[in-house]
Parts: sequence; structure tokens; C-alpha cells
Amino acid sequence: MSPLLSMRGIDKRFAGTPALTGASLEVAPGEVHALIGQNGAGKSTLIKILTGYHAKDAGEVLFNGRPIAFASPGEAQRAGISTIYQEINLVPYRSVTENICLGRETRRFGLLDWRAMHEEARALLARFGIAIDVRRPVMTYPTAVQQMVAIGRAIGFKARLVVMDEPTSSLDEREVAVLFDVIRGLKETGVSVIFVSHKLDELYAVCDRVTIMRDGRTVRVGAMGEVSRLDLVTTMLGRELERTLHDDARGGPARAGAGAVIEVRGLSAGPRVRDVSFDVREGEIVGLAGLLGAGRTESARVVFGADPMGGGTVRLSGRDGAPASPADAIRAGLGFVSEDRKLEGIVPGLSVRENLTLALMPQLTRAGVVDEGRTRAIVDRFIERLRIKCASPEQPIRELSGGNQQKVLLARWLCMNPRLLILDEPTRGIDVGAKAEILNLVRGLSREGLSVLMISSELEEVVEAAARVFVLRDGRTVAELDGDAVTEPAIMAAMAHGPESAEAGHG
Amino acid sequence: MPSPAPQTVRRLSRHGVVIALLALILFGYLRYDNFLGTFNVLSVLRYNAMFALVSLGMAYVIMTGGIDLSVGSTAALGSVVAALLSPYGLVPGLLGGLAAGLAVGAVNALVITRLNILPFVATLATMLAASGCALLLAGNQSVSVSYETGFIELGQGDLLGFPVPAWIALAAFLAGAIALNLTAWGRTVLAVGGNEEATRLMGLPADRAKASVYLVSGALAGLAGVILAAQFGAGQPIEGVGWELFAIAAVVVGGTLLTGGVGSVGSTLAGVLLLGLIFNILNFENGLGQISLSAYWQSVVRGAFLLLVVVIQARLAGRTEEPA
Amino acid sequence: MAEIAAPAPSPTRPKLALDGRAFLSRWGALLALVGLIAFNLAFTPNFATWQTLNVNLTQVCAIVIVGVGMTLVIATGGIDLSVGALMAIAGALAPLIFMGKLFPLPHPMVGVALAFVLPVLAAGALGWFNGWLVTRFRIQPIVATLVLFIAGRGIAQVMTNGNLQVFKAPEFQFIGLGRVFGIPFQAVLMVIVVAAAAWMLRRTLFGRQILAVGGNERAARLAGIPVGAVKRRAYLISGLLAGVAGLIVIARNSAADANLVGLGMELDAIAAVAVGGTLLTGGRATIVGTLVGALIIQLVRYTLLANGVPDAAALIVKAGIIVLAVWLQRQSHR
Repeated sequence: MSPLLSMRGIDKRFAGTPALTGASLEVAPGEVHALIGQNGAGKSTLIKILTGYHAKDAGEVLFNGRPIAFASPGEAQRAGISTIYQEINLVPYRSVTENICLGRETRRFGLLDWRAMHEEARALLARFGIAIDVRRPVMTYPTAVQQMVAIGRAIGFKARLVVMDEPTSSLDEREVAVLFDVIRGLKETGVSVIFVSHKLDELYAVCDRVTIMRDGRTVRVGAMGEVSRLDLVTTMLGRELERTLHDDARGGPARAGAGAVIEVRGLSAGPRVRDVSFDVREGEIVGLAGLLGAGRTESARVVFGADPMGGGTVRLSGRDGAPASPADAIRAGLGFVSEDRKLEGIVPGLSVRENLTLALMPQLTRAGVVDEGRTRAIVDRFIERLRIKCASPEQPIRELSGGNQQKVLLARWLCMNPRLLILDEPTRGIDVGAKAEILNLVRGLSREGLSVLMISSELEEVVEAAARVFVLRDGRTVAELDGDAVTEPAIMAAMAHGPESAEAGHG
Repeated sequence: MPSPAPQTVRRLSRHGVVIALLALILFGYLRYDNFLGTFNVLSVLRYNAMFALVSLGMAYVIMTGGIDLSVGSTAALGSVVAALLSPYGLVPGLLGGLAAGLAVGAVNALVITRLNILPFVATLATMLAASGCALLLAGNQSVSVSYETGFIELGQGDLLGFPVPAWIALAAFLAGAIALNLTAWGRTVLAVGGNEEATRLMGLPADRAKASVYLVSGALAGLAGVILAAQFGAGQPIEGVGWELFAIAAVVVGGTLLTGGVGSVGSTLAGVLLLGLIFNILNFENGLGQISLSAYWQSVVRGAFLLLVVVIQARLAGRTEEPA
Repeated sequence: MAEIAAPAPSPTRPKLALDGRAFLSRWGALLALVGLIAFNLAFTPNFATWQTLNVNLTQVCAIVIVGVGMTLVIATGGIDLSVGALMAIAGALAPLIFMGKLFPLPHPMVGVALAFVLPVLAAGALGWFNGWLVTRFRIQPIVATLVLFIAGRGIAQVMTNGNLQVFKAPEFQFIGLGRVFGIPFQAVLMVIVVAAAAWMLRRTLFGRQILAVGGNERAARLAGIPVGAVKRRAYLISGLLAGVAGLIVIARNSAADANLVGLGMELDAIAAVAVGGTLLTGGRATIVGTLVGALIIQLVRYTLLANGVPDAAALIVKAGIIVLAVWLQRQSHR
């Protein structure tokens, strides 16, 4: 059977940086196809090229045997390719019917025929066994229903290919089951599905074949049954099973008798964090590993007081209770480098100096006036120590490279002399040289007594730097690895299977 | 993302204003003689027709998440153009005012969607420019309209015992309600305001919808200017100051979310009438002679009303204090 | 999906064309001002006189003082539409106080002193109220301040019953009519306000916090900055300065008219801020720029008037300048 969709040799560069290099993807009619890869592997870019959001630089896309190049998502939709995005892309205040039918309205005498449209929306949802009042705003319904509305819209457009970008990230187990029924239903009617997810169980439950991407390339294609979980994880992360070399460059081995700087037990918050426990001792680097959506960032934000805590206990330097706000956490000696440098890290218009001293500033002022001398001394010291490359401390931070921006953010916290530094994806989006520099820096600091909690999707980094690693899976701590047990295979095994024993109890 | 009681928010903000309006009317009816007398009702309607038109246009703009500060001076410009053309007849006067409004709206639409300048700034600039044009055309004074051609009927005439401006406003609101509720355009306008990115991803013409609301708003403001000129017998280049903010208040009181995405034409009309009746009731209250509240209280009361509405909206939407 | 962590901005210099625009947006306002002055020196008769200077300065003082407060509010990512109404309130309150209509005065000078202090404090309190609405209920600034825009002037009108309050109180009117070494006192006051605010924005903790909040509210919060308090303080200052401007205007006119004091001031102030180069979305602000912006707008108007172009045409030019300034800003700062 000829494939429904065939993308071959797709190249795409953003501002000179390659995002895709000869990537390919093939989907047969009526097939549920898993598309997986790490952050930055190129999945989203590939999908956005398919749906006309980005234009490709090279390669060919055949849909239904004909070459296509859509100029907009609307065009792709009309051609039969519908996409359901991760953040559900509906208009929350508008009714279910509008969200399903807008763009191909039923008209009578030139005016909208609401009765027919409501009827159609109702009928579409009935196929998923959902009976709701379609006149109410879509935001009044739970996420799962919203997802069904999005899928209903796709089917209503007579889609032949439905792309689902992490559709289950905010669904509970029962809702996931409903979604899977829908996907199987789609398959029966000959509709193909591209299914993007990081939850391995789901891939095996619903997908027929899988395409694995890494660093902008398609690295493996196969039937789901032929690829083992461990294969999947290792291929995705680009690690050979045999490669377990383990140098002792690793910083800050747990010091015997060192007290815990932070102790988190049974933490829960929102849908993503269910039962997370970890602790960090003085002068220790602890890694928090897990696939995307496992609840790592969410846990860290709660500990830093940026998001409210649901349940569990947090002990900070022996003091009970999570901080109420970031300001509170900072007073308790915490620092937090967010994973999203642009959105939550830098203040783009301010200078390197101002960004660096953003958190320290209250301590650099006398009667509200900034002590310029001391500020400059501190800024100069950190620029030198971290080897931040900038024209001058007065250069706007937005003009710096990603790596140097990250160093400034590190310095923002280091100059506070924190007891615990939380680093969320500290090396994301920066070049290789800067990566190594930052990791060395963190190791050096930990030898000087700083405790670090490091979240990273790059296993190599975690293994190299951390003395202990906690592995999270679906919002739960499933493994604690210590000392020599910290190896890439061990982490991957925990990410893939969870602890063999405890899992049954949790369900 | 879903707030705790969105349904209540919608109900309350949609029906709250109608309930408040009915309560106010009932209050007036019980308290004052002639409150619902023909003369009072007709003059309230006649006087508020211009504000209603401007508010309708503003409602569409706000539904897309934008704002149009230029409506007041656009109305002034419309009144001047209409007055200048009134010697040639009713129709040229009417069309002239409309065209002037459309022109301002077109500039807004272009600057906002093409140059990507915030609606707030873009319409602030066209507000000044329209005002300048009005003053230039009028030679810095009001322009008398021609009383020969029947133009003033547009403001002062009656049709079937009902003021012509009120007919015009009524027609505009009917057409407006149909356009919002029964055409794809109206639904796209609301979708853009609700989530512009999603609207684009759904393949709907987001930019066109955004541009169109400024055209509509401009045209309606021009039409309001025509009525202004006809009602007062002169084109008024310096009228319209503060209209834009009155209109915004009416739209917000009418339950349209300022962030866009939710709105109703009917409630906007109720909002206009509510704010207009406050003035009317103050007049009656003074007429009773028991207390003497100056007309100036009306803006205080209007402000208080707006405060009440936005605080209730914020509370119901579950927006809480930002931590620390 | 945070797939591509956005191509890192390259440290190399952007293209030449962009550079030119960046240069224009940074220095354009000042260049325009210098150009305007040069043009006037060459073509406008009697330009280089004290008289001309004084006329232009007195026209611009109130706008600049209000504009400074507006700059701070806009720098936090907000806007303050209520400044004109607050001016009217302060302007209505002051004569009531020094004329002894509110409460008996032990001594006229006490009245004058209180007439300086109380109206400004009242305007400040209302400004803080704006900030409270914005932070406590997360109401968009444009709506939150619209409340007082509408109600504030009404309050002023109700206080004075809409009557014109004519007065002659030289001690009080010093703020609007007095001279220091031949320079109008209000201009001195303006320079002091501008200098103090510019210094504050650059040198103090509060100044940095304002820019951080406007530049990236989430990052500011994660860095432990009390975002709500910073915003409330900015609105408070805007209110205080509007109060001062209100006093200047009534002192200059020897009369307080609640219907007219500060009418349209919010737009003049915003225009000055925009032309001066402050980013209207917050995070980058220049107080001196606002001064320059106000001077440009005033000088354009003066130039056109002095050369026989009607006032109305100046409005159209002003509109063009605003759009151009904001467009240039967008080009250089994205």
C-alpha cells in the first residue's frame, strides 16, 4: 500500500542553525504512527512544516501521492490534515459548536444555521460517546472533553491525517482510555494518526509504528512491536547500552554525615506532580531525571515557592514548609535558574550588570540607592570568574549569546551565596563549548560547598555531574540511584519501566 | 485555564446589566411622574442614539481584544463633513459622514495590522489626526447645516412617531446583532479576541477580522457624527471629547470582556441606556426638589458603576492577587 | 513546545539598515529637537528671545511633570488614564483649602501650606488606588484607571459644584507664576522633577525594579522582586505628580475650573512618553526622553503656528510623529 504521507529529506534552518537535516516521516493509511524524540530533536518543526506553519528549506512532502506545500494551517486543514496541539488550541470562551464548526459553517439564507451546526457538533461528539451541551463555552468542560472537541473539529473537516501533539499530557487515566478508543475508532474509518508522546506505555498501547528523531534527523523507523522500551529510550537519547564509562570527574560526592539542605517527601501539586520525594545534602549535586512531562520542573517550581503546593512535606535547612513565594525562598537561601531563559530568566532590555544583580540588588543599596561601586566590583568579579563574554557590563543582555546569557543568570544566583541552587535545564539551547564550561563551573562550585539540584534531559550531563539521581516518571519518584549505580542505562531503565516492584501498587 | 465559575460570569455579566437597567427603569417609573412619558422616553432615545452607535463599534473592537480611542474625534469629523455636504441633500450628507468615518477606520486598520502598532497608540494618533482634519475642514468653528435639504431630519425628525436617530441606532443594533450571531464574520471576531493564535491555527482569517472591526467602528462613529450634526444643526469639530471612554465604559458595563472573546450587542445597548439613564434620573431627582444633586454626579455614579462591574468581573473570573 | 530554544541572538552586529534605525530610535528624538530649534533660529522671527522660551516652557511644564509619572507607570507595563482627572481634583481642592471653604484656617499661610500638601496627597492616594485595582484584582490598567478618569472629574466638579473658582493668592500662585532668577518657577520645578526621576530610575533599587517588572514580570517575580508593591508605588507617584501639575495649572490661570483642568492631559502625556522613546509595552524607559518628547510636540506646534500653519494641522503632524516614533521603536527593539 502506498503511504498516505511521505516526507523525505526535509531540511530546515532557523537563523543559520539547522533544526532538521534530511528528516523523513512516512505514514500509511489507517495507521497510528508514533513520533518521538527529545526536546530539540525536531519533532515539532517537522510537524509545523507538514501543517504549513513553517516553510521547508529542502526536501519533498507527498500527501496522498501528490506533492504539497501548504502556506498556512488553514490550507493544510482544507487538504485533510488536522492538528491537535499540546496546549489545546481552542477558543475557550466560545461554544463547543463554534469551536467545532468555525471555518465550514452551515448557512441558511446566507446566515448561520445554528440548529444544524449544534446538531452536527452533537453528532460528531456522540461518536466518542460524549453527550454534552454543545452551546456552552468550551472552557466550562474538563480538559479531556476539550481534547475531544479538538478531535471532533479535525474529523468534521474530513481529516485523513490527524496529528496529535502530546494529547495526553493533561489527561487522567480514564480520559486517556477514552482518547485511545477514539484513536482506534479513527483508525477503523481509515484515518491516520501521528501520535507524539513521551509516555512509553501509551505508545505501546495505541501505536502501530514508530519514528524516532534525534538532533534533527530521523534515526529509526520500525513497527512498535519490534522496538523494545529500552531500545526506544536509548535510540532517542543517542546512547549505546555498552557505553557506561564513568569517570570520576563527577563533583561533590555525598559527604558522609553532611546534613540535608532540602528534604522533599510525597510532594504533590496540580496534575503533573503526584508523589515526588528527593533530598539534597550539603555540597552535593543531585540530578532530577525523567522524560518530558514527568513533573521535574513542576516540582522544582513548587519548592522555590513559584507555584502552590498541593500536599507532602518540604523541609528547607531544617525549617518546615515550602516557601510561600520566590522572595521567601530566596531569603531561605535558594536560587532557581528557570528552563525558559527568555520567558522567565532574562530581562531583555536591561544590561548585563542589571540582570546579574537583579536578585542581589536589595543588599547592594543604602537607603534605596544602589551602591554603584560595590555593584561594579561584584559584576566585574563574576564576569571574570564565569568568563562571561560581553562588550561591557552595560551591554543589553539580549545581545549576548545563549551561553553567556545563561552564565549571567547563574551569576545572578551565585552572587547571593545560596545554600541550594536549582538548575532547570541549565544547558538548553547553548552551544557545546559553553555547555562544558557551565557544567565545570557547577562542579567547581559544589566542591566549594554549594548544593545543586539539577534537572536535565541530557543524561550524559546528569551522569557526569550528579552524585545521586532521582528518577521521576508520571509525577512520581520511581528510583533513587546513588554512587556507582548512577549510570545511563540505569537511569534509562528507570525512565522506561519504573521500579519493577513498586509500580503495581500505584496502578 | 478554566476559571471556577465561567458560566456564572457569563450569565451575570450578560444579564446583570439588563436586570440593572430594568431595575433603574422601575425605580424611575415608581418615583417620578412622566418618567415613562412619551416625551422623556423619546428624548432619552434621541439623545443617546449617537452614543449607542459609537459604543456598538467599540464593542466589536473590544471583542477582538483591541481598543479604538479615535471614535470621538471621528464622530466630530463626520459631523463636519456631513454639515459641509448637507446643502447637497440628505443623502450626500449622510454618505459623506459615513465615508469620513470609514477613512479613519481604514487608517486604523492599516496601522494596526500592517505596521503592527498597538491599537492603543495607533488609535490615539488617529484621534489627534481626525480632530485636526475636522478643525481644518471646519475652519475652527462649528459649521451650520443646511435647513433646506431635509438633512436635519436625520437628527430631529420623527418616523412613525419615533425619532429618526433612534431608528438608525435600532437598525444598526439589529444588523449588528445579526452580524455577530449569525455570520461567520461575527464568530471570527469573537474567536480572534478569545485566542488569536488558535484562530489562526484553525485557518480562520484573523487579520481580516481585526482590520474589519476598525472599519466598522469608524463607519459607525461617522454615522454618529451625521446624527450629531443633524441634531444640533451644526457640524461640531470640537465635540466628541471623551466619547471613546464613555463608549468603553458602556461596553464594559455591558459585560464585554476587555480582553476580548466575549461580548453581546444587546448588552452593549443596555449598557449605553444604563449610563444614559443615570443622567436622566439625576435630572428627575433634582426636579423633585427634595435634594439637589448637580448633573456632575452623573460621572461619579458612572465611574462607580464601572468600578463595580470590573471588580465583579475580576472576582468571578477568579483572578487573584499576584503573589508577593 | 519549546522545541528550538529560539535561535540565540548572535553577538555580531545586526545589519546596517537595522543599525541606522536603532540609532534613529535612540537619538532620533534629540536630533529632531535640535533640528527644530535650528529651523526656528533660522526661519522664525523673534525665536531667540526670553519671551519665546518662557511661552514654550510654561506650555510644556505640566505635561512634562505628568509625563514623568506616566513614564514610570508605562515602564512597569501599565498606563494611567486618570492623570487629567486627578489634576482636576487637586486643582479643585487647593482653592477650597486656602480660601477656607473646607475648614477654618488659623492663619492664611497655614492655608497656603495645606493647599500645597493636601491636594497632592489626595491625588497620590487616588493614584495608589489605581495601582491597587491593577494588582489586587488584576484589572487591566487601561480599565482600572478609566474608572477614575470618568469619576475623578465628576468628583472635582461636585466639590466645586462645577463653578469656576477665581482667586488671587500670590503666595500660592508662586508655583505657577513665580520666578527664580527670572526663570519661571514651574520650569525649575519641572527640571527638579525630571532630574530626580531620572536619577531614581537609574540609581535606585526602586528604579531597577520598575524596569525589571516591566521588562519581564515573571523573571522579576522569580528574582524575588515584590511585583505588586512596585506597581502600586509607580501609580502612587503618577498620582502625586498629577496633583502637582494640577496646582501649577490653576495657579497659572488664577482660577480653577474643574471642567477644564487637565482635560486631555493623559493623551498629551502618553504622546510625550511615546515620542520620547519609552517602550510602551514596558521595560525600557527614559525620563529625559519624555522631556524631549514633550518639547518636540510643543515646539512643532509652536513652529507651525509661528509660521502661519493653523493649530489644527499641528494635530495631524503630532499624530504622524507619534506613529513614526513608535514604529521606529518597533524596528529597533524586537
